[in-house]
Amino acid sequence: MGRFRFDLLLLLLAVHWGPALSDLVISKLDRRIDLTSQIVRMTISLKVENKGPDPVSKVSLTFPEHQANNLALLVAVSTEGKGKTRGPTTNLPIKINQPDDSPPSLIWYAAILPKELVKGESLTIDVLAVFTHTLRAFPEKITQSEPQLFLFQESAHFPSPYKVKSQSMTVKIPSENIESYTKLENTKFSNSEIKYGPYENLPPFSYSPVIIHFPSNKPFAVAQELIREIEISHWGNVQVTEHYTVIHGGAKSTGEFSRLDFQTRPHVRGASAFRNLLAMLPPRAHSIYYRDAIGNISTSNIYGDSSKTLLEIEPRYPMFGGWKTSFTIGYGLPLQDFLFQSEGTRFLNITFGSPMNDILVENLTVKVVLPEGSKDISVSVPFPVKQSQETKFSHLDIAGRPTIVVEKINVVPEHNQYFQVHYKFSNISLLTEPLMLIFGFFSLFVACIIYMHADFTISKSSASYLAKLQWDEVLGTIQLLQDIINRCLLVHDKLEASLRDLSRTGDVQACKAVRKAADNLLKDLSKESKPLLSLLQSSPQAAHIFPKVEELVVKERDLQEKIMLKHTMVVDSYEKKSGGRDIENRVASIQQKITVLKQEVDDLVEFVEDI
Amino acid sequence: MKALIDSEISRAHTKPHIRGFRRPLMAVPVDGIIKQSTPSSSLRFAFGNVLAFFILLLIGVLAFSIRLFSVIKYESVIHEFDPYFNYRVTQFLTKNGIYDFWNWFDDRTWYPLGRVIGGTVYPGLTLTAGTIWKVLHSLNIPLSVETVCVFTAPVFSAFAAWAAYLLTKEVKGTGAGLTAAVLLAMVPSYISRSVAGSYDNEAVAIFALIFTFYLYIKTLNTGSLFYATLNSISYFYMVCSWGGYTFIINLIPMHVLLCIVTGRYSSRLYIAYAPLVVLGTLLAALVPVVGFNAVMTSEHFASFLVFIVIHVVALAYYIKGMLSPKMFKVAATLVISVGLVVCIGVVAVLVAVVASSPTKGWSGRSLSLLDPTYASKYIPIIASVSEHQPPTWPSYFMDINVLAFLVPAGIIACFSPLSDASSFVILYLVMSVYFSGVMVRLMLVFAPAACIMSGIALSEAFDVCTRSIKYYISKLSESLQTDAGDIVPGNNTSPQSDVIKTDKKDDLLKERPSRKNKKKEKENIEKPSVKSKTEKRPLVLPVEASIFALFLIILLAAFYVIHSVWAAAEAYSAPSIVLTSHSHDGLHVFDDFREAYAWLSHNTEVDDKVASWWDYGYQTTAMANRTVIVDNNTWNNTHIATVGTAMSSPEKDAWQIFNSLDVKYVLVVFGGLVGYPSDDINKFLWMVRIGGGVFPHIKEPDYLRDGQYRIDSQATPTMLNSLMYKLSYFRFVETDGGKGYDRVRRTEIGKKYFKLTHFEEVFTTHHWMVRIYKLKPQRNRIRGKTKKSKSKTTSATPRSGTTKRNPWH
Repeated sequence: MGRFRFDLLLLLLAVHWGPALSDLVISKLDRRIDLTSQIVRMTISLKVENKGPDPVSKVSLTFPEHQANNLALLVAVSTEGKGKTRGPTTNLPIKINQPDDSPPSLIWYAAILPKELVKGESLTIDVLAVFTHTLRAFPEKITQSEPQLFLFQESAHFPSPYKVKSQSMTVKIPSENIESYTKLENTKFSNSEIKYGPYENLPPFSYSPVIIHFPSNKPFAVAQELIREIEISHWGNVQVTEHYTVIHGGAKSTGEFSRLDFQTRPHVRGASAFRNLLAMLPPRAHSIYYRDAIGNISTSNIYGDSSKTLLEIEPRYPMFGGWKTSFTIGYGLPLQDFLFQSEGTRFLNITFGSPMNDILVENLTVKVVLPEGSKDISVSVPFPVKQSQETKFSHLDIAGRPTIVVEKINVVPEHNQYFQVHYKFSNISLLTEPLMLIFGFFSLFVACIIYMHADFTISKSSASYLAKLQWDEVLGTIQLLQDIINRCLLVHDKLEASLRDLSRTGDVQACKAVRKAADNLLKDLSKESKPLLSLLQSSPQAAHIFPKVEELVVKERDLQEKIMLKHTMVVDSYEKKSGGRDIENRVASIQQKITVLKQEVDDLVEFVEDI
Repeated sequence: MKALIDSEISRAHTKPHIRGFRRPLMAVPVDGIIKQSTPSSSLRFAFGNVLAFFILLLIGVLAFSIRLFSVIKYESVIHEFDPYFNYRVTQFLTKNGIYDFWNWFDDRTWYPLGRVIGGTVYPGLTLTAGTIWKVLHSLNIPLSVETVCVFTAPVFSAFAAWAAYLLTKEVKGTGAGLTAAVLLAMVPSYISRSVAGSYDNEAVAIFALIFTFYLYIKTLNTGSLFYATLNSISYFYMVCSWGGYTFIINLIPMHVLLCIVTGRYSSRLYIAYAPLVVLGTLLAALVPVVGFNAVMTSEHFASFLVFIVIHVVALAYYIKGMLSPKMFKVAATLVISVGLVVCIGVVAVLVAVVASSPTKGWSGRSLSLLDPTYASKYIPIIASVSEHQPPTWPSYFMDINVLAFLVPAGIIACFSPLSDASSFVILYLVMSVYFSGVMVRLMLVFAPAACIMSGIALSEAFDVCTRSIKYYISKLSESLQTDAGDIVPGNNTSPQSDVIKTDKKDDLLKERPSRKNKKKEKENIEKPSVKSKTEKRPLVLPVEASIFALFLIILLAAFYVIHSVWAAAEAYSAPSIVLTSHSHDGLHVFDDFREAYAWLSHNTEVDDKVASWWDYGYQTTAMANRTVIVDNNTWNNTHIATVGTAMSSPEKDAWQIFNSLDVKYVLVVFGGLVGYPSDDINKFLWMVRIGGGVFPHIKEPDYLRDGQYRIDSQATPTMLNSLMYKLSYFRFVETDGGKGYDRVRRTEIGKKYFKLTHFEEVFTTHHWMVRIYKLKPQRNRIRGKTKKSKSKTTSATPRSGTTKRNPWH
């Protein structure tokens, strides 16, 4: 009721204000108000004529304060000429232009004309005003099965500061049903449209309140808060993350919520609720996810074609009036579609608002995270916003990534225009992070190598340290000894092989040559092994293994002798040309010993290897 | 004939030096090798280490990645119930810091009592995850707390596999260590508790357990005080992580006692044990949840007793060293007679002290460990938890699979020879088998022991088989060489007969008959004891048998791998808050729990209280951020019984109880529409039992018809009028046109049409799995007065004895 009284006051004031600005006359004013969604869109087309002597450079538009507070967008376009000879349209800049003596309940906006309007000339101006929060749910609380009803309040006469010769207003409501509407003269309701007017020759600031009460079950999705984070990676990706806090902004739900009713008759017992939201993402969006604080939300669908990607998301539960939810959607976009280069600077060209259809965003924060090392950053947004800058730290950052923060309240789909972020970034800084990684791993390995080779013993003279040194020495010696033994064994194999060759070819000379070489080699080897053995013997650390090692050496020598013996015997018998069986008989006993010895040597070698 | 010999020789030449497996680079011509042999053999050792390192690395990767099925099949989300609490605590820790964490009084749970989280929680897991998160953030890696929590368990299971390697290596060498690590990396029992998202204490604690054991064995083997200190610290970490630390502090003293009794006392044993008791107890007392329990409860007394014993033994050994044998005998009799008297006195005092404490010094859970029937007899709240039930045989097969068959072989391998370390492993196994038989949850402690034993068994079996084959090959080449070396033709023994010959030779040498089946082989493994300087040659089996055995072992291992992967992928990967079902038209997701919690968190007042059965307490506080009456911590039986009583009472009484607790919403889980079996109706009898345990007017027989629990038309009126029944089935009958067919109980419900007078339905999820009701406000006073007088007269008749049904009045 308070508002009605205030409106009357306004009317009174307006009447007093009448003669102040009268040079301009509006010859025709048509208003169309669209109430089919939660966002009220008013298109005003007015024809202005200058009747006064002075040229006029601006046209004033006035809105009552309660409307102006919810004004999300005001755009004016002027068209020269009329009818078929309509000239090009020009956008008119708009600013608040409050005269000093105006009552505070009336807000003045001035559209600056592209050129001054001289006497007798006329101009057509199309104005689009978008209002949020102007539909008032009445009743404010409804149950699950009740329809949602809204009140809309407007003046049938546009409160223009100029004289209006003829004006009309058309209000479009979502359905053909209507609860009630104010009936004035010349009021017509047909086909979900209410038409007021035309009204002729109205004085300035004329006012005639109209109230429309109508049902609407359109989704009243209001994002109380939306944070969009756009992160640019020059490796080829623009990552967009959007955090929503959404509320159903219509009539509050009260009483029971019965899932049964909702499931059996969703369009009657849940008409005011909305189940899903549709987001129109750019084409080639990939890696799309939809989740909230407690995990993935599995109810979503994607339909894509070459011009767009449609993401249909369903909140976890149907949204009734006053119910809230919050969620996050994220997607990646190909870099080349959004990042361009001109004159040494790069610029990001991406849409400002939410990709959701018909959502009203009360507080929008857009953060553009530029790559680390970006310089000379500037932002151009086609409408006034609040700007600031911060730094974000992410993977492998040292200085942090410069982040542009742009804030705006009451964002409607009409704000979904492209905006640009210009910055400079050199391609070389792209390599910093990989190089850092490479260097990090490199230094890790270097550190490992150094650690493995360095001796970190604190006390070089402690007993345990000395013992360890000695033990290492013993191990080294044993290693050497083992090699020698192995080489001896190799020589044995060679000798055996020569015997086999002998049996095949009967070449005694070759066999003898091998024998001679082997003799020399074995002699050298035994010479080599002597100092090692004595070293082992002297070392106290090796005391417990020395007997084994010694045994090995002895056994090996034994084996060596036996093999030599066998070799000599076989060669001799070949020289004497004695029969195969004879040789076999003579060698047999030695052969047996050799096998046993070999086994023993093998065992010992194995043991020594295990040390 | 000549041609035959030639072919024989040439065959011998094709593989002349296979015997040289033992020697490096034998295939290289003889002249070439003489120079190369020195570096190559050292290279071989280096290569062995690098190989072991890479195998370990791969085992870590395996352990980590086998647990990622849950993330890949479902999503990166915290699982089940307890992990949600841990997650919430971690969130608090990362947000408010460590000091606030210690002082955290949580008013969101156990309303109106609250809970001192900092003093009642084992902080190891949360501190670990919090530290990881902090380190990552200081490195500018912006992982969320949730992600860190989800992946903590897989990371620590990789650590656990490495710890198992270290432990087994100390017992039986590298080969056994690697095998044990592989087995542990994918043992289903451990996977069940450590899949990605299963953010529970056990995930970290099993690592701490194995690592503590490793350090104990390491200290025992080296006698190094350094390792003893590390051991205490590791024990401290274990105390921080899990209540299961009492297992350590009882097992190690038992082992020490065992060593002393079997005459294995050494200074190494003293160093391994004494610092652990002193330092470990001091450190354990630092953990708020343990505090003075570390010296005051019976679970810890064994360690102190053994601490005294080991000192006495040490003293005895010392004196023995000083005195002559005769003198020592005299001294011993004297000391023992005096000591006995003192001992009896001390024991009497101890018994008196213990007896004076309320539960005889033992907590309920520990008592139920010693006496498996204790819980089901006295504590329904413990018995009602499925993981506290004794396991069934199939669950053994499910959880450790083929390891169950390998364990005995491992025990035998540990006995030959028996060392301090292997005796410890045997003791660990035996104790954990017992405990796993008591409580299915403790299968988790048994699993590492089974893995270690099986690792030893498998590795020994492999060792024997490959050694036999190697031996055979060397024999073969040797015999061929000797054959070829013979000049005389005609001595062509076929390799086959040769093998038999070698076998016979072997058998003679060993004086052991050859084995018939594989199992026996393993049992008869003789560890090639290097240190025992016997000239006995290690066991060699017939080559066919060993190849066959190898084949079978590999088959067995393959079966284990297949089972483990199946268990990880199918059985244990479900997060249990999201359910899926496969129908003819593809996968169907049931995300009802989160739907309900999200609704609660967004559409109720911040300080509204939500009552539900305690199972859902942790999830409600973590996901919905609402105050709950009871939760999974179950520390206050009376409080839980109150909720149980309310759920089992008629609507009006329940309303009074809930209203007196300031409850605004009641949440029930109902599976009847979609066939979700673990819903509240199926848990209802436990509510009745627990409620009835404290408030005797709730009697279990009232809810049973002839001892049977039913909800159909045969159900008792008490059952059909209980709040749980009403909240679960409210308007359920309308879903299928008047039948009211419950898909879990497979029956039509008993009472179909009824109205709620004191509650109203405010939310039901998509598949009806969670239903939330709001308490209606109290009626206006004037109407209430008239009604009250009326109802008094009417309701006085049916029950005369119990007038006050609300335990809070």
